[in-house]
Amino acid sequence: MTVLLLILSILPLIAGILIKVLYVPASEGIDISGAHIFFTIDLPFGGLPITESQVNSWLVILSLFFFCLFLTHGLKTKNMSRRQIIAEWIVNTVDNLVKTNMGEFFMGFGPFIAAMLGLSACSSLLTLIGLFPPTSDINVTGGWALLTFILITYYKFKAGPLIYIKSFGDPVPFLAPLNIISEVATPISMAFRHYGNVLSGSIISILIANLLTNVSKMIFGFLPGYLGGFPYLRVGLPAILSIYFDLFSGALQAFIFAMLTMLYVSGGFPEDEYFKRKRIKEAKKKQQVIENTNGGV
Amino acid sequence: MLELAIGIILGGCALGAGCAMIAGIGPGIGEGNAVAAACEAIGRQPESRSAVTTTMLMGCAIAETTGLYALVIAILLIFVAPGRLVNILLESIG
Repeated sequence: MTVLLLILSILPLIAGILIKVLYVPASEGIDISGAHIFFTIDLPFGGLPITESQVNSWLVILSLFFFCLFLTHGLKTKNMSRRQIIAEWIVNTVDNLVKTNMGEFFMGFGPFIAAMLGLSACSSLLTLIGLFPPTSDINVTGGWALLTFILITYYKFKAGPLIYIKSFGDPVPFLAPLNIISEVATPISMAFRHYGNVLSGSIISILIANLLTNVSKMIFGFLPGYLGGFPYLRVGLPAILSIYFDLFSGALQAFIFAMLTMLYVSGGFPEDEYFKRKRIKEAKKKQQVIENTNGGV
Repeated sequence: MLELAIGIILGGCALGAGCAMIAGIGPGIGEGNAVAAACEAIGRQPESRSAVTTTMLMGCAIAETTGLYALVIAILLIFVAPGRLVNILLESIG
């Protein structure tokens, strides 16, 4: 069972490599054309293209799903296995992060933040096995940013629409247009930050690989036949650079995206008004209950 | 004549991309200031190292945003705009 789940969590990545080898045409030299479109589904309101970024993000989701099952199946209270300790460490870390950044009221956000962190980081890290990272597609990060925007607005509405509208006239009413602009700019800047970082990393990797190929052709070009055409300098060197551009940058952007989601959601939530309203509602309910019992008697 | 027009389009796109990346100066200075302040803070209070580092990375990422906007515009100008503009030119000629 354990081995089966581990194999199932690796299988989607192998499937991704196979799909890439079989169906995506190889690009020659410096060619940045975005995600490859596999096929288009015809719908009444227009075509729905199924692109590489969609396929790859579903593969990442499947892989993470089976990995989570692998970590959490067969939980015990005594004689804990190593997997369970790792799983508990992950849950504890994310819960602590949410608690320190958002407060007790938002403790339910833990799974969402963990999912966002895992999906974002693993999507960016797909470059390490040579796949197209879904996060270097603006549509993917835009979708996530839209989700965050909906969450922010939902929690701003928690204390009633009047307070939501009033929050735009803060600190002075004539600044309302600026507040509306900054409200709209939040998801846009989040989407562009993540997308730009990952895309710039992959473009720099492509440029460096191309440069090293040309330089090694220049230096070792005198060798006969296949030996002369082999890019010697591309062995190993790009991997060192990709530690920064892919590993560090990808993980950091995932962390920042999750962190900003937490800060914006908890920052926009009108805490005082919400608890005031709740207290008034509860008091009213109590009074009604007392009146009802009195009327019954 | 057509070659000249396409040449002007390509040159304009490359120049525009170069000009857009002037915006890289701002985030560079800003992040340098942020890291300098963080180093000072860690020097004064070494025990607050992890909190300062986390906050600094957050701040750096946010300061980077303007540079990234410029970068996205430059990438679009280099890899996307020339093809579209040449297509528009060819269509208008017919």
